[in-house]
Amino acid sequence: MQKTQNKAVEFQHVDKWFGDFQALNRINFSVNEGEIVIICGPSGSGKSTLIRCINGLEHYDLGNVKVFNTTYTAQPKGTVGMVFQHFNLFPHMTVLENLILAPMRTLKLSKYEATERAIHFLNRVKIADQKNKYPIQLSGGQQQRVAIARSLCMKPKILLFDEPTSALDPEMINEVLDVMTELASEGMTMICVTHEMGFARKVADRVVFMDQGEIIEVASPEVLFSAPKMERTKTFLNQILVH
Amino acid sequence: MFFTLIKQALSIILQITILLFGVAWLLNSGAQEMGYTWQWHRIPDYILIYDEGEWWRGELIDGLLVTLELSAWSLLATLAIGLTTALLRLSNSIIGRIIARSYVELIRNTPLLVQIYLLYFVFGPVIGLDRFSTAVLALALFQGAYTSEIFRAGLNSISSGQFEAAKSLDLPLLSTYRYVILPQVLQKTLPPLTNEVISLIKNSSIVSVMAIFDLTTQGRNIVSETAMPFEIWFTIAVIYLLLTLSLSALSALLEHRLGAQWRIQ
Repeated sequence: MQKTQNKAVEFQHVDKWFGDFQALNRINFSVNEGEIVIICGPSGSGKSTLIRCINGLEHYDLGNVKVFNTTYTAQPKGTVGMVFQHFNLFPHMTVLENLILAPMRTLKLSKYEATERAIHFLNRVKIADQKNKYPIQLSGGQQQRVAIARSLCMKPKILLFDEPTSALDPEMINEVLDVMTELASEGMTMICVTHEMGFARKVADRVVFMDQGEIIEVASPEVLFSAPKMERTKTFLNQILVH
Repeated sequence: MFFTLIKQALSIILQITILLFGVAWLLNSGAQEMGYTWQWHRIPDYILIYDEGEWWRGELIDGLLVTLELSAWSLLATLAIGLTTALLRLSNSIIGRIIARSYVELIRNTPLLVQIYLLYFVFGPVIGLDRFSTAVLALALFQGAYTSEIFRAGLNSISSGQFEAAKSLDLPLLSTYRYVILPQVLQKTLPPLTNEVISLIKNSSIVSVMAIFDLTTQGRNIVSETAMPFEIWFTIAVIYLLLTLSLSALSALLEHRLGAQWRIQ
């Protein structure tokens, strides 16, 4: 796939503290349009904090986070979508209502247009037959696919994934990863925090390893997984790849 | 199966009958002790009157309508005040939090009767409110303080993930509250909110001190004219009871409607 060199996201010297604890330490990093970047690292290393700075869910103390060379707030509504570990579907709405809410209220689409769009994306994640069910009636994998469809309904240019498969039972992980792989092959810019190394190998352009709020190493998956340069990366990969 | 149902029904009817007889006997012997004569036959005159080929509302029904109107307006104002206070209490504004906190503590820790007197005699004339509006304001200010704490608990119970999901979809803040947060808060807080509505209706009887012709005031007037306090007060109690019981039933129905499909089992 041809990749343009337009920067979708750029971190410039970003620092963030939670009290005395430095959550992000001098982050300099950018993601090109159409690129798939996987972020991994031990828990508490700042991976989630990093991607949450992109769409304003976290504030940072120093530096800049740019989205398409300006700020996130200057972008058209819905430019950056996000998929969460715990799905965060709206429990009191049906699947369809979950999907049409933001297109109607944020993008001001008519109910007809929003529904048409919602059905299209529900078909894409192969769950259109569940459209009138409530989230509680679906399995975890189905809920996460609904959450992905809900993000897609805003026609985002960048999709952030915050450990999208960590809350799922093992047998449901693949149905979610399949949807993500398909999105990747269509040129979506994706930044994923995940420990699914098989998925990273298959789709990632680059893998970022973080520890203690710092980016330790960035490399293509082949290089990072087989010949990591840094000692900390080796230790971490040994811990998770040993099984 | 059929037989057991009949048996259960009969047993329930029997228990209720025994209970009613017990209460009636207690009342009757109490009244006899005092030399009181019951005049229950006069009560219907105060509910519905048939005169010159037409039905007329009795004084108690007039009072009930005033109580209903008063309670309905107060309820609306209570919900508005309660929600605003809860949102202020959870806001980032220090001044907002201080105002909300002081309001709740001030109202919760002083008697309603004192508040009503203050509003009616001191503040009412200054801000130029009529008697009915002053009553609505007094009740709403009082009940709003309690309701705000219910809303606050409800808002706190919504996981931050709901706010984050809405934000990640760039949903405007107003829509986030209207479509995502408040419907969930309402479903979760309906049982304690029902409590507040019921106590609002009962507290509305206190406004009889400011000469509003609600159910309680009408009752007091009838008692002073007829000298049959027990019949009148019992009747009034039953009317309040029917009113609040039907409210409880409505709330149970609404709770089921709001959450039957999606509530976590």
